[in-house]
Amino acid sequence: MLIEVVIILLKVGVIFVALLTTIAYTTYLERKVVAHIQHRIGPNIVGPFGLLQPVADAVKLLFKEEIKPAKADQFFYTIAPMLSFITACMTIAVIPVGNWLEIGGKRIELLISDINIGILYIFAMSSLGVYGIVLAGWSSNSKYSLLGGIRSTAQMISYEVSLGLGIIGVLLLSQTLSVAEIVRQQSGSIFNWYFFKQPIAFFVYFISAIAETNRSPFDLPEAESELVAGYHTEYSGMRFGIFYLSEYANMITVSAIAASLFFGGWNGPILPPVLWFVIKVVIFLFIYVWIRGTLPRFRYDQLMRFGWKVMFPLGLANLIITALILVMKS
Amino acid sequence: MADRETMTLNMGPQHPATHGVLRIELDLEGETVIEARPIVGYLHTGIEKNMEAKTYTQALTMTDRMDYLAPLSNNLVYVQAIEKLMEVEVPIRAEYIRIIMTELTRLNSHLVWLGTHALDIGAMSMLLYCFREREKITQMYEFVSGVRMMASYFRVGGLTDDVPDGFEERVKDILDTFPAHIDEYEGLLTDNKIWRNRTIGVGVISAEDAIDAGLSGPNLRGSGVAWDLRKSKPYSIYDKFDFIVPVGKNGDCYDRYLVRLEEMRQSLRIIRQALDGLPEGPTKSSDGKISPPAKYEVLTGMEQLIHHFKLVVHGFQPPVGDIYHSIESPKGEIGCYLVSDGSKKPYRVHFRPPSFVNISAFNKLVAGRMIADVIACIGSIDIVLGEIDR
Repeated sequence: MLIEVVIILLKVGVIFVALLTTIAYTTYLERKVVAHIQHRIGPNIVGPFGLLQPVADAVKLLFKEEIKPAKADQFFYTIAPMLSFITACMTIAVIPVGNWLEIGGKRIELLISDINIGILYIFAMSSLGVYGIVLAGWSSNSKYSLLGGIRSTAQMISYEVSLGLGIIGVLLLSQTLSVAEIVRQQSGSIFNWYFFKQPIAFFVYFISAIAETNRSPFDLPEAESELVAGYHTEYSGMRFGIFYLSEYANMITVSAIAASLFFGGWNGPILPPVLWFVIKVVIFLFIYVWIRGTLPRFRYDQLMRFGWKVMFPLGLANLIITALILVMKS
Repeated sequence: MADRETMTLNMGPQHPATHGVLRIELDLEGETVIEARPIVGYLHTGIEKNMEAKTYTQALTMTDRMDYLAPLSNNLVYVQAIEKLMEVEVPIRAEYIRIIMTELTRLNSHLVWLGTHALDIGAMSMLLYCFREREKITQMYEFVSGVRMMASYFRVGGLTDDVPDGFEERVKDILDTFPAHIDEYEGLLTDNKIWRNRTIGVGVISAEDAIDAGLSGPNLRGSGVAWDLRKSKPYSIYDKFDFIVPVGKNGDCYDRYLVRLEEMRQSLRIIRQALDGLPEGPTKSSDGKISPPAKYEVLTGMEQLIHHFKLVVHGFQPPVGDIYHSIESPKGEIGCYLVSDGSKKPYRVHFRPPSFVNISAFNKLVAGRMIADVIACIGSIDIVLGEIDR
């Protein structure tokens, strides 16, 4: 019994630390890639190739003075970044980063928890994440924050639906809600990847995921040219840093989900499974950054129209067709 | 109106997208703008008043600092106003070089406009691409005048000095590489669905309204009025060049964008023609009472020495009178009204700043639209606050 607890704690520790490191280096990746897209060099002073830049940033943020607006709602103002960050990190718990390990005759699954409602859990967590943003926008008692909060609520609720429809396409085929099981079903050949069976579902999922994580071109809640910084305008120091981190944590989780549900997760030849998983996630992260470096931003109403009039019907149609085919087959 | 709940949002003077220190008071209903009131004056530097305390040549350096993205256009309107008042003949080579440099200035201004406009709408990379090309133009400024931004290159009666050797090669280099860059910008934006969604039908102003509001430059031409002082009221030697004045149709942000991009191409055409026809000869007026003679002559000739001395301590003295002169700056019609009392300093200088007039139509552009459109419109009318507040 004790050994089980230790193993679980170890897994939590390792995966959490790995996630934090990945978040830190995603900021580095983003800055480097965007810099090269824009004919700049990017961070190159701190450490070799600027590799210690994320550390320097973290240290800087930790030592900064935190300014709280006097009229902010102190309680919600304080917990909003935590809510945002915790929910962003918790999703990773059900995503398998690799196959199992055999240590001393014990089989250790390389995921924190293989709950049988994994997908539902993911939905729950990503819906909770919006509370952090809404509360931050409302409790800051600033007009820009409020507008940012309102925008993100509307946006996240709209795209949550299409995001779900994308994933349900896979669920119909896999007949299970466990992420570990879905990944296992895709092993063997590249053609077992659900991407090839559900390409439309993937695109619906991926575009909605960009909107869900507030990334360009759907980065309206924090559109800096319009709303200064949106919901985190009034935040400073590490509290601001936490919002920043949760954005990247969200990016990583949705990339990990995309890799697991559509691209076979850790499955792949020759290289160790964990490495395959990381490679796939990094490719998704790169696409995120690439899009940011290329596209202008949607307008609020266009975003909603796109969500409800394009993504939603597309996801629904895909779902119905998949269901029909399945029924006819059986 | 009483049952409508509106929120007043103060945008600026410190705001990432107000292009300096513009302040806008927005009455909002949700995200919809009921009324927008631009409030100016945060960058007031007293340029016009300061000019009264300086000799005509000293005051020239102040004009650079109004529209700091188009310093040479400001120079040009000021020196041409004085030249008109004093009836000075400018050597033909100087006119050609002036045209080349002011058209480069137009490119410079439009590049910054495109970069910031696209950045406001979210296409971040455009800013860096535009500044990459702008760098070449600021280097040209430095090459001819020694200063990257506030060049003050023009003088009454010609130029400060002839261009250095290698000028033509450098201009040719810009001419050769620039069209590909414009195509690159177009490739990123013109057919981009999001860009079109954000700009087509946004910030519409009809030709009539535009004329009533006194708009000029690309903002007016975007609404379909072919009014360009280079064609309509040719100054300098613009009548010698072959170029077209692009006009839009709908008067929205997208048309203004297309007009400016086409203007960049036309500017390149003008520069190419001017470069091909660039004559040899002096670049300063031969009248020693207006432009200082060459150093060699000052050291050897009695009369030239006197001219030099008088110009340095006194400057030149235009006759009593007043004059208005206007040219087509990248932002629109920039005018200079000058009153002379016969002394070495201007009695009064007043500018008609295109940005100031253009921003006055702002409420017409954005009323009834969303906050995001406010940003698109600020970028699209291309203001520069140094010029608005002076």
